[in-house]
Amino acid sequence: MQKKIIKLSIILLIIFIIGVFFIGLNKNSIYDTKNLVGQKITKIELEHFSDNRIITAGDLRKNNFTLINFWASWCGPCRAEHPILLKLNEEKNLELLGVNFKDKKNNALEFLKDLGDPYDDLARDELGKHSINFGIYGIPESILINKDLVIIKKFIGPISKNDYNYIKNIVRQ
Amino acid sequence: MLSDIGNTLLIINILLGISIIYFSFQNLKSNEILISEKIYHICLFQSTFIIICFLTLITAFIVSDFSIINVYQNSHSLKPFFYKVSGTWGNHEGSLLLWVIILTIFSFLFLLYNKHHQKNYRIYSLIIQNILILGFLFFLLFNSNPFSKVLPIPKEGLGLNPILQDPALAIHPPLLYIGFVGSSIYFSAAIGSLLTNYSGKLFARSIKNWVLISWSFQTLGILAGSVWAYYELGWGGFWFWDPVENASLLPWFAMSALLHSLIVLEKRNLLYFWVIILCLLTFILSVTGTFLVRSGILNSVHTFANDPSRGIYILIFLSLMIFASVLLFFNKFKETNYNLNSNSKETFILINNWFMIFYLITVLLGTVYPIFTEVLTDHKVSVGPPFYNTVIIPIVILFLLFMSVGPQTQWIKNKFYNINLLLKILMGSILINFSIIYLFKGYSLLSNFIVISAVFLVISSLIDLYKSFNKLKKDSPRILSHLAFGFLILFIGLNYNFSLEKDFNLKLGEKKSFENYSIEFKDIRLQDFENYKAVIGEFKINNFKKNLDQSLYPEIRIYENPSTITYEASIRSGILKDYYITMSNIDRSDYYNIKFQKKPFMIWIWISVIFISLGGFLRLYQNAKKNY
Repeated sequence: MQKKIIKLSIILLIIFIIGVFFIGLNKNSIYDTKNLVGQKITKIELEHFSDNRIITAGDLRKNNFTLINFWASWCGPCRAEHPILLKLNEEKNLELLGVNFKDKKNNALEFLKDLGDPYDDLARDELGKHSINFGIYGIPESILINKDLVIIKKFIGPISKNDYNYIKNIVRQ
Repeated sequence: MLSDIGNTLLIINILLGISIIYFSFQNLKSNEILISEKIYHICLFQSTFIIICFLTLITAFIVSDFSIINVYQNSHSLKPFFYKVSGTWGNHEGSLLLWVIILTIFSFLFLLYNKHHQKNYRIYSLIIQNILILGFLFFLLFNSNPFSKVLPIPKEGLGLNPILQDPALAIHPPLLYIGFVGSSIYFSAAIGSLLTNYSGKLFARSIKNWVLISWSFQTLGILAGSVWAYYELGWGGFWFWDPVENASLLPWFAMSALLHSLIVLEKRNLLYFWVIILCLLTFILSVTGTFLVRSGILNSVHTFANDPSRGIYILIFLSLMIFASVLLFFNKFKETNYNLNSNSKETFILINNWFMIFYLITVLLGTVYPIFTEVLTDHKVSVGPPFYNTVIIPIVILFLLFMSVGPQTQWIKNKFYNINLLLKILMGSILINFSIIYLFKGYSLLSNFIVISAVFLVISSLIDLYKSFNKLKKDSPRILSHLAFGFLILFIGLNYNFSLEKDFNLKLGEKKSFENYSIEFKDIRLQDFENYKAVIGEFKINNFKKNLDQSLYPEIRIYENPSTITYEASIRSGILKDYYITMSNIDRSDYYNIKFQKKPFMIWIWISVIFISLGGFLRLYQNAKKNY
């Protein structure tokens, strides 16, 4: 009897593991960011850069459009897109949320001091863990969302002139 | 044309596989004592045809036949000859063909070299192996066909991913495959042995060389991959607990356990069912690893091919394999009582096995845990080095101590050779550890224990080696591998504690100083190469203390086909340490991001691993000599 139970549990364990693998196969992989467009972000919890508070989904619902920009002072291409971000900051319908990614606080502050601060709000993700929830795998990356927190577009790499025009057209509509 | 030849050959191979199974069953029914010549011939044909099939694919790569989609996607007419050839297995389809080749050749050689073993056992092993071959051939033909055509025929190929254009990576897949695909043969043999109730001792004798072959090659294959990641991916270390690396390590643990318990089975006819479990487990883990890497279920830095349909095929195949073997095992399993003396060699080998299984489970859990949390809780996690380091490192200390003491024990008897000697060695190791700290610098308590236990293993192996030269004990392959393992852990420990890593931005002409070093950005230039352009920096490293003056030349390479940028580390390997620099450009600024590392004893880590596997080859040579 005891032996049978052992055998049965081994088989059940194997079935369970293989079952999980099967389901896992059919799941969308996190790094496949193609499918992110059109999806709604349900949970946002980001540590504010300087204040002792958490930026949540509720904060972003107040804005008509939000561009979440992931950046770091050590990232070269982030420098390249910075002037465009500064220009985007002039758009009325758009708020910029910067997420400082795996960075040192002082370096980040120096970076903003040197190049200007385009962000309406700034969060930090020192360990890069929260950014994973946004499907970020390298920076710079930016996500444009609307009032309902639906992702309109995701920009991988530095924001270009074309991207700038695209964003401008959308937020001015 | 080549595509048709390739496909025809694949189909011929399927037919040959089926006929081998058919004739094998015929042979089982007949009263003949020997395996019929016909089967040998078909097996020979099977191996020949699959090799020709592979040569066909290589030819397609060499002549750049872009009508084959696989060549189109992974080659380019301007690519150097060497990488045209290695491109053949640098992709999913081609490497699967390599799988089948190894399955087939091992099948033939196993049949050939086990002539003095019982007929039924050999026939059943052959049948099982051919079922595996067929499974993979179908997969190859219908899901991952390396000979699929593309229309209209492209004029030029897309090129091989530049990071795969590397000598270490060209030999990495073949070495690794001989290792873990080679383990298929003792999977088949284990099932053959269960089906025929074959004698444990004889079974051990028939598979031991195959285990040695696969273990030695697996060790080298892991090494080649690791060396490649060190200088090509710019990761700057020897191991990263990346899922793909783990996938190659899992079967290695099972093989190492098997390698040791086989000795017990052969000498004492004990642990038969345990050995069977390990044989089955090794190949199952190999296929599991392939599944994890190829299906895209795991995200790894270099999961180079993923496609869910592949995953489903491999998973179904894997499930069938697991269920068939588990059910058969349950059916045949008989409980046996082992009465082992607590200080006998058998016990110590079992202890080794439990350690190996512990490592295996730890690494397996760490590797698949993210899949489980994602499926069950929709939570994404990644398991990184901190987990492995915390769980594995403390246990390594115990493992090394047992590894030093184990070989000093005797079969059956409850007695050590010499406890006094062991205590002296331990004192010596502690002394060496403290002199390292005294001469250089201190490190954590845990590192102390690691160094002490590694030195302990090194010294006791060296004493064994001395005895072995005096013909007191003839066991040099074992001693070599153990000695090298001791050195490996020692060098890893020292490497970990004495590394220096700095990350900073520099522009041309600037100088950065820290500790005893200064790094000067001397020059930058653009140079054209056969299949890429490179921005090459010149950095002068100065060590004030030692009057060292060296230049390193990291590169940023711009490849045309496919257009990709790669960052090449510049590494100055020395006997005592490696200097390592990578640079990346910061857009719209004159600054470059520089990563500088000093890595002590890197080269010795690689050499230790080579010697570990050399021990395996040496034993193989000894075994071969004994038989003739």
